[in-house]
Amino acid sequence: MLRLSKVNKYYRVGTHSLHVLRDIDVEVADGEFVAIMGASGSGKSTLLNILGILDEYDSGEYWLGDTLIRSLSESRAAHYRNRFIGFVFQSFNLLPFKTALENVALPLYYQGVTRRKRNQIAGQYLERVGLRDWADHLPSEMSGGQKQRVAIARALIGKPRLILADEPTGALDSETSKQIMDLLSEIHQTGITVLVVTHDSEVAARTQRTIRLRDGKVMTAHELAVSASHPGMAAAT
Amino acid sequence: MLIPLLKLIGILAGLAIVVGVVVGLVLLVIALVNMAWVTVMQWRDLVSFDRWTEVLVTIGRSKLRTALTTISVAWGIFVLVFLLGLGNGLDNGMRHEFARDATNGVWVQANKTSVAHDGYDVGRRITFDNRDFDRAQKIAGIDHISGQYFIRGNRYGGMMTKRGGKANSFEIDAVHPDAIYLATHTIVAGRFLTASDIMQRRKSVVVGQPVVQFLFGPGEDPIGEWIEVAGVPFQIVGVFTDPGGAEQERKMYIPVTTAQLAFNGADRLGMLEFTVGDAGPAETQLIIDQVVGQLAERHQFDSTDRQAVRVHNNVEQFQRFKMMFWMISIFVMVIGFGTLAAGVVGVSNIMMIAVKERTKEIGVRKALGATPRSIVFMIIQEAVFLTGISGLLGLSAGVLALEITNWLATTDFIRDPSIDLRVGVGAALFLVAAGALAGFFPARSAAKVNPIHALRDQ
Repeated sequence: MLRLSKVNKYYRVGTHSLHVLRDIDVEVADGEFVAIMGASGSGKSTLLNILGILDEYDSGEYWLGDTLIRSLSESRAAHYRNRFIGFVFQSFNLLPFKTALENVALPLYYQGVTRRKRNQIAGQYLERVGLRDWADHLPSEMSGGQKQRVAIARALIGKPRLILADEPTGALDSETSKQIMDLLSEIHQTGITVLVVTHDSEVAARTQRTIRLRDGKVMTAHELAVSASHPGMAAAT
Repeated sequence: MLIPLLKLIGILAGLAIVVGVVVGLVLLVIALVNMAWVTVMQWRDLVSFDRWTEVLVTIGRSKLRTALTTISVAWGIFVLVFLLGLGNGLDNGMRHEFARDATNGVWVQANKTSVAHDGYDVGRRITFDNRDFDRAQKIAGIDHISGQYFIRGNRYGGMMTKRGGKANSFEIDAVHPDAIYLATHTIVAGRFLTASDIMQRRKSVVVGQPVVQFLFGPGEDPIGEWIEVAGVPFQIVGVFTDPGGAEQERKMYIPVTTAQLAFNGADRLGMLEFTVGDAGPAETQLIIDQVVGQLAERHQFDSTDRQAVRVHNNVEQFQRFKMMFWMISIFVMVIGFGTLAAGVVGVSNIMMIAVKERTKEIGVRKALGATPRSIVFMIIQEAVFLTGISGLLGLSAGVLALEITNWLATTDFIRDPSIDLRVGVGAALFLVAAGALAGFFPARSAAKVNPIHALRDQ
């Protein structure tokens, strides 16, 4: 599905250069359900942006399917995002002046699907997340859990091969979080690859595999073993 | 001293306008090419109901901002249209004023000397005669010339004119056939005076439309009919009208030779009048100098004596007016386009703020697959739509204001103030281009929105 090899990323802050990702090697198979964990500043958001083709990397290779994602034009990047990737954000990022239905239909607008067809398909996806009756409501009239369901429907409508969820439960209570994770599991069971960035180990536990980042590096099995036996040390570093 | 200065200012203003127009055209071409390219690439979007819904929804979201933008551009267009129309009205008014007489006409009237010359005292009355007319006729550059004999008593209230039981006073001009070119009348029936009228001293008279209306009943043909002017019978040979209106038509023309014979004129003339073709002010002055020089020589007055003969030079007057109106129209253009430019900059600014406010929205759209081009097009379309609608409003308001002015204006200075279709269409095209231009910079900054920053949690 996707493969990163020796990916490095630097941020230039004034005269300093911050090395945020160091030689990242990650492979995710088709249909996997994977969690990316790490403390804040570990580079997990940067990794997610690179995976989502929202950000560039400085060296290494990122293969999405059979496509090498490197120095794409903005239009190409937009095209891949539209066709291959569905995003789910912590703060939902629904457009406040559009109804649930219109929000879900938006990716199809950029695919050039006609309005009628778009709204019809969007209706089906809202049905799938259990919000058929909320189609004409604005985001401001919905609860956090409902908004996140709308966002998930929007992420799914373009038939992506990869769902990238950035702290999808970060703004939700534990009961709602559970429901959202159920929904993501369901999606995974239909064969779509799902990547969840989280710092919540309960969320990570619902996935098949967890990739841990520390200081811009993927932690090896050995490092994991060490930090598991000495939890205090892990916190200190 | 004043005229060269005005000319200099005019030339400078002209240069500025030319530079402005060239720069504007280049920008316009760039904007249009860009628009055309985007349109070709996304022609579907331009006609798409969807796209317009998007635009309308976004515009409707910030009503105050939309209203302010609309007002600023509408005001600019309104000022431009209204001032241009008013300028046209002034121009029409001037042309109408001049339309009563030939714009290339010169009138030289005999008067009293004010400078002692050749042993003669000041205050001597000068009178021209038929030989002056014959001599002046030979001067190169004069294409039509007439003498005029002033019949005593005619100047104040005209001559008593009778037919049957009806009688009234009408001004009567005793002239040569070429006088029609100076008065710019239109013959609507019969003919004007001819050379044989002059030669045979015929009792022919050409009358204005109001004279006919007064002396004849409806349906009566005046041609060939006899009327009595100051006790002398004359036969009507023609009827004329004048673009200057009834005031210019309440008069009659008779052959100058007949008048000299019938009204005790011997061979005296009071005025020479001629047209100078398309001679400019300088050439016209040369011709006048020759005419006055000949007169001064024959009648022994100082050729520099401005009182001995009175010269009315329409060529110079007309030129002066044309210059003045040209400057007024440039002034109007500068103000109008300035106001409009301010409006367009305002739209650009407001769109810029709108883009800043919508950073998050644009980020979301980009994450969902919006290409930079579609973002650019979205913003430009909003700007074009806003300027277009408000421009239309301003245009309508301007035309309406001109109509009201036309309706209220009672002065002769302003006539039929309006803008022609080409100016309207030009303004509309200009607005679309200006809208595209106003949207261009905000759109570019919108396309540069980084989704990562935009989507970062609040």
